[in-house]
Amino acid sequence: MTTTTEQTETALSAAGLPQVHEPRNDGMPLDLDWVKSVQANTSAIERRAATLPGRRSVKKDYQAAWLLKAITLIDLTTLAGDDTEGRVRRLCAKAANPVRQDLLEAMGMGPIHTGAVCVYHDMVPTAVRALEGTGIPVAAVSTGFPAGLSPFHLRVAEITESVKAGAEEIDIVISRRHVLTGNWQALYDEMRAFRDACGDAHVKAILATGELGSLRNVARASVVCMMAGADFIKTSTGKESVNATLPVSLVMIRAIREYEERMGIKVGYKPAGGISKAKDALTYLALIKEELGDRWLQPDLFRFGASSLLGDIERQLEHHVTGHYSAGYRHALA
Amino acid sequence: MNVPEIFESMEYGPAPESSAEAMAWIDGHKGKFGQYINGQWTKPAKTFDSRNPATGDVLAKVSQANAKDVGAAVSAARKAQKKWASLPGHERAKVLYAIARLIQKQSRLFSVLESLDNGKPIRESRDIDVPLVVRHFYYHAGMAQLQDAELPDREALGVCGQIIPWNFPLLMLAWKVAPALAMGNTVVLKPAEYTSLTALLFADLAREAGVPPGVLNIVTGDGAVGEMLVTHSDIDKIAFTGSTAVGRRIRQATAGSGKALTLELGGKSPYIVFDDADIDSAIEGLVDAIWFNQGQVCCAGSRLLVQEGIAETFYARLRARMDKLRLGDPLDKCIDVGAVVDPVQLETITSLVNSSGGEVYHAATPLPEAGCYYPPTLITGLEPADRLMQEEIFGPVLVGTTFRTPEEAVQLANNTRYGLAATVWSENVNLALDIAPKLAAGVVWVNATNLFDAAAGFGGVRESGFGREGGWEGLLAYTRPKGGNAKPLKPITANPAPKEVATADLDRTAKLYVGGKQARPDGGYSQAIWSPKGKLLGHAGLANRKDVRNAVEAAAGAAKWSNTTGHLRAQILYYMGENLSARADEFAHRLKDMTGTTASKVEAEVSASIQRLFTYAAWADKFDGAAKGVPLRGIALAMNDPVGVIGAMAPDDAPLLGLVSLIGPAMAMGNRLIVAASEPYPLSATDFYQVLDTSDVPAGVVNILTGNHAEIAKPLAGHLNVDAVWSFSSSDLSAMIEAESAGNLKRTWVNNGRARDWSSAQGEGRDFLSAATEVRTIWVPYGEG
Repeated sequence: MTTTTEQTETALSAAGLPQVHEPRNDGMPLDLDWVKSVQANTSAIERRAATLPGRRSVKKDYQAAWLLKAITLIDLTTLAGDDTEGRVRRLCAKAANPVRQDLLEAMGMGPIHTGAVCVYHDMVPTAVRALEGTGIPVAAVSTGFPAGLSPFHLRVAEITESVKAGAEEIDIVISRRHVLTGNWQALYDEMRAFRDACGDAHVKAILATGELGSLRNVARASVVCMMAGADFIKTSTGKESVNATLPVSLVMIRAIREYEERMGIKVGYKPAGGISKAKDALTYLALIKEELGDRWLQPDLFRFGASSLLGDIERQLEHHVTGHYSAGYRHALA
Repeated sequence: MNVPEIFESMEYGPAPESSAEAMAWIDGHKGKFGQYINGQWTKPAKTFDSRNPATGDVLAKVSQANAKDVGAAVSAARKAQKKWASLPGHERAKVLYAIARLIQKQSRLFSVLESLDNGKPIRESRDIDVPLVVRHFYYHAGMAQLQDAELPDREALGVCGQIIPWNFPLLMLAWKVAPALAMGNTVVLKPAEYTSLTALLFADLAREAGVPPGVLNIVTGDGAVGEMLVTHSDIDKIAFTGSTAVGRRIRQATAGSGKALTLELGGKSPYIVFDDADIDSAIEGLVDAIWFNQGQVCCAGSRLLVQEGIAETFYARLRARMDKLRLGDPLDKCIDVGAVVDPVQLETITSLVNSSGGEVYHAATPLPEAGCYYPPTLITGLEPADRLMQEEIFGPVLVGTTFRTPEEAVQLANNTRYGLAATVWSENVNLALDIAPKLAAGVVWVNATNLFDAAAGFGGVRESGFGREGGWEGLLAYTRPKGGNAKPLKPITANPAPKEVATADLDRTAKLYVGGKQARPDGGYSQAIWSPKGKLLGHAGLANRKDVRNAVEAAAGAAKWSNTTGHLRAQILYYMGENLSARADEFAHRLKDMTGTTASKVEAEVSASIQRLFTYAAWADKFDGAAKGVPLRGIALAMNDPVGVIGAMAPDDAPLLGLVSLIGPAMAMGNRLIVAASEPYPLSATDFYQVLDTSDVPAGVVNILTGNHAEIAKPLAGHLNVDAVWSFSSSDLSAMIEAESAGNLKRTWVNNGRARDWSSAQGEGRDFLSAATEVRTIWVPYGEG
């Protein structure tokens, strides 16, 4: 096993927030004993996930602060066939100014921005230009997103192209068939190749958990991707019929926790798809806080892949500030 | 902290539930409560404080009931009972349904009041206790509705005295009151003195639900009030949930009173984790097992048994999980562990832990400065011989040790006087389903813990008590066979020795039958058995306590019988019937010689005995359990397990049929038996050895003693390795047997000096099968993907 010798360092982000950078996950040789020892008892995991919202609750100022935090963890995303440069510029503008100034001031908050903007490869240059000077990284979905079934060399080349175009984060999709057939070596090799192609860009491994058949498969795929050097593991493309869920999240973050226990390396987590309500975001944050700890509540280790979540949070924040329920049109479009 | 600071710290902050409505209800009663008797509140008198354990504040003043109050409550209940029972089931169903709906409508009020009074987190009272209460009343409204059609042969017991603990005040009330009222009983309930308030709120609401006056009475106070109920002569049944020590006293106090009794007592429930388990889920399960309700749960998984290979990893992750638990104000919605119920309890927990060996780990979680709080605690490295591995702590303290093999896990798990619940974690269905039935426990959870539902029976074995709450099996505890009390049973004495002795042609030496062999009585004494006309029929050994000991040892050694298939047991019982039939004439002669009754009567008894063996052969593979419709993806199996080792005093009046009527159901259900033959007419039993010997009955399954019933019954009822004792003797033994049984709280089934017609339907059937079995509920949640 090799770990990076890079020191943990603290720096100030563009938003003036302290950012702690963890050593990157360089991965390790595939350890099949570990992979096969991983268990995930579905009914127990479902029970934990079902009771969690009843066990944790944040109110008033705490809720507002948590929702602001959630905004800084959003990979504000547009992944539609009709994306244009104009559409992407608008999204980037929202990423840089996600909350109305008067609301932030009322809460005593300085400026904040989303965790990243997430687009298809063709929109990377537009996004990079639009976000210049904001400190917001551009993430590109890649490797034949969402199905991941284009020729392997093209998938690798796509990563290279996106990195060249300025993407600092690459969201790759794994080959689900490797998981479904238990071909862990193939999954490991694929992930390794993607990670290598990313170079300095951070790689998020999308497991497409809705297509993996069982939570046990999700757990094992998570471990294999981390062994192969994933910086983040991510649930979904947003295009599967089932996207991020609490049970899936529990399984993946427990895998992250075990990886840290054994390897001393913190891997990030990104639930994506289906998280559209402020309340859901709070539940996710509580889940992360409980199972992984506060350190994971920062953008270098946690992201929401979401497009409509921000709008609901903005309305909740206005309600917090004014005491009145809000309306969508009072907040700038993404 | 302001928003930017919280943005950095990401702390939870306070999330308090308001207590205003609950306090307003208390204020509505001017902060003082009397007794709830016959639909009325009595004037508060001789009050004591009911405190909030989280703050020590006085919530209300509650009255200590006196004998007059208890008497008034019992007589109100008695007066109301006939009419209540005679209502059509549908009428009672409507009332129970109204209760369920009203509790649902006032659910937050009940939850907040419960947390205020008991100290449990609002999350638990809101999401677990109160929904289960509602579910219990819904479910039993249904039982009242179905009673006429489905239980036509059973009727209410009468007036039930119910004594409940402080750990689940309202839930235990529901478990007691719902089935009792559903079946047509009336109730005098005593809540725990620490936690009376939700019971009093329930009384308020019962009036709105249309519970007729006298049907539900609530008397408050300390143990003295409970004792008044236990010893009250006009109560038909006592139901108690609480400590084993008090349960034992109640068993002794009610012995021979004829009161029905169910006890749900303490536990030291094992929590077994195999190396193929989902470790993180098993750890999360422990949070629900031992840190649920501050560990003040009778069925708490308090004894952790982890397979050696994963123990260190498991403990490390468990400690990390413990550090995440949040202690504090029970009314905070973000709290996992609330306050221990009372300073006395806190002191007990503290001193037990302080005196313990092993490695003690307290969760690194901040404790509130004031109030009764104890940190979640894990003690590892203990051995079975350590006190805390054996004794119930009743607090948030988990003790742990390791095992090597599944067999050793079962051994360790069962190395306890208790037998309430058990938990098994394994991803291997073969392993989990093999272990679950081997554990000495009334409830087993596979890959889950502390699952409860009204449809699934709950209750223990060994010193965790007897009787089940919930499900159809729970109704047995609140009904009895129709027909009321049978006629008194007159003592039957042996034929006296004649003045002039007529001897038999050749001496036949019947000994005792122990472990499949004939054994001389230890004492070296025998009694002559005479015919009514003075003919010497033979001798029968006089068994003493050592013979009882040997017989129990033989029965205990024949444990394999309990694992045989019903099909095998059926074949052996049929074979016994066949062999009895081959000797029918001999047995008829013997009966005639001993009893002097007519040929047709003795032939009928032999014939009925053969039939009875066939009946139980038939039942051996047909007394099915059930798969319960619990609201969960999974199943709750109700399995009819053998009780274990049963000691039985055979009826004196039907020397052969009575004997067979006890051996049959006991054997059919997989029990091992020590049976004392008819005292005056023992020779049918000694003849029966031949039947047992020739029918492939394994040694030790049936052991037969002859002699004086009182001599045999005392050591048998007191024997700590006997699981149940039955008596149909015509000697007056019921009180003594029930008192002696308190030692290990074995189940008793005694005739209270009442006759039973062995030749009729009374002599066989489901009552016998139920007595010969314990319902074990096995919860198996499932799901993949």
